[in-house]
Amino acid sequence: MFEDLRDLYQEVIFDHNRNPRNFYVMENYDRMVEGFNPLCGDRLTLFLKMDGDLITDASFQGSGCAISTASVSLMTEIVKGKTEAEAEALFKTFHEMTTGKEENINFETVGKLAVLAGVREYPARVKCATLAWHTLDAALKNEQQSISTE
Amino acid sequence: MTYPIEKIRADFPILNEKIRNKPLVYLDNAASCQKPQAVIDSIVKLYSHDYANVHRGVHTLSVRSTDLFEAAREKVKTFMNAASEKEIIFVRGATDAINLIAQTYGKANIHAGDEIIITAMEHHSNIVPWQMLCEEKGAILKVAPMTSQGELLMPEFEALLNSKTKLVSVVHMSNALGTINPVEKIIELAHARNIPVLLDGAQAIPHTPVDMQKLDCDFYVFSGHKLYAPTGVGVLYGKQSLLEAMPPYQGGGDMIRTVTFEKSTYAGLPLKFEAGTPSIAEVIGLGAAIDYLNTIGMDKIAAYEAELLAYATQAALKIDGLKIIGEAKEKGAILSFTLGKIHPHDIGTMLDSLGIAIRAGHHCAMPVMDFYKVPATARASFAMYNTKAEIDVLILGIKNLIEMFG
Repeated sequence: MFEDLRDLYQEVIFDHNRNPRNFYVMENYDRMVEGFNPLCGDRLTLFLKMDGDLITDASFQGSGCAISTASVSLMTEIVKGKTEAEAEALFKTFHEMTTGKEENINFETVGKLAVLAGVREYPARVKCATLAWHTLDAALKNEQQSISTE
Repeated sequence: MTYPIEKIRADFPILNEKIRNKPLVYLDNAASCQKPQAVIDSIVKLYSHDYANVHRGVHTLSVRSTDLFEAAREKVKTFMNAASEKEIIFVRGATDAINLIAQTYGKANIHAGDEIIITAMEHHSNIVPWQMLCEEKGAILKVAPMTSQGELLMPEFEALLNSKTKLVSVVHMSNALGTINPVEKIIELAHARNIPVLLDGAQAIPHTPVDMQKLDCDFYVFSGHKLYAPTGVGVLYGKQSLLEAMPPYQGGGDMIRTVTFEKSTYAGLPLKFEAGTPSIAEVIGLGAAIDYLNTIGMDKIAAYEAELLAYATQAALKIDGLKIIGEAKEKGAILSFTLGKIHPHDIGTMLDSLGIAIRAGHHCAMPVMDFYKVPATARASFAMYNTKAEIDVLILGIKNLIEMFG
């Protein structure tokens, strides 16, 4: 019945939605930022453990739709072991993949995140996928305690 | 006479649209209703033949536009059974109307320590204007609680009424829950203590006949676009004596009698509250929508929609894991629900892929979401043109998406 939606709701998305990875409140975190989308009510808290400019651990708490939960779950997996610069580069790549021109997507660098490329076709849902990454961006810049996307 | 559903559907051209290659099933009527051809035609005709500014020139087109505009006011008056067309103020919408009352009646009559009563099921538009006023004046906003079914707790409401209460502002029908409040009883209790009552009728008026003289409320507000009319027009009904005593809202053209640099005097009702060029075509479109509704009859529409809601509710209750949010005994055609861990936005996207338009979100009623401890709900809301067959499509879609989420 939902054949048209298979590009958006891939099995990996359902998997991360059912069993989010790194879904806990981190003790002894170095950075914590809250992300909130006031239009839809999605909210998450992102925790990072740092060693110099290396992200050694990442976790999150919060509630949101399948797209936003899968996006933040995947993100916490992928940024572990990355430097701040590498994570920032991933944020830009992800942003380009979800909002930019299709021909500019580098599927090699996005790796596992490619499962979220489908949101490009659903403008109303792009923010669900990017909330996690905007929150990470704020955490890396260490600028503020909470961000919101509208 | 049977309800002329086929004819009604044919009168709404948008219902022929295909969404993602499927017939549109439009169930987001509580957000905004679609427009019948008669409303669309009224605007085309106005701009093609009769349009000019109103209440201004002596030329023919201005007279034609003014006549059509004032005829619409007369239609609204009759539709609501107000005592006089002076009691019908055209505004931008229900939100604008409530802000107008807060900024005029409220500023003049509500002072430090006074109390305003609302309910736990209000839309943000009947919360925030009062919070702003209370902050400015040092007044206090009191919230009458509701049950988990979404029914107002009347003894608790009554206990809130006291000598400090200066206004009761209550939603007639909740947009998030569908609850129809016992407004007659609310008005009776408040009036027994000489407290005026404002009813937010944005959701109620498309679904049920309203009678200002019988209700005896002091203010009643609604938006045109939820009543099959264009956006950008709404109505503030107020009792003439109250409106006359209120200071004006915005200053400008149309609302004055004389202007000098030293002092201006104000126009009488209703123009006192209608500064600037109004939404002329939209007001005339509202008149056309009311004409259209009168050809069918609000009683018949109310009965038909009650049947739709009962049908949808019965089917929804049979779905494992579906929880209906808002189970008041007196309820309008709104089915708000959650599906366990499946987020309403995922429900919204999945149903959209089947051509079904529903609302997913907090419905501008965040305190209601907090009360039910959910971030959002999915909401199917029905109108005069929906059918049981469309509800079948909705129910089948919900069953299938539950399966897909596993």
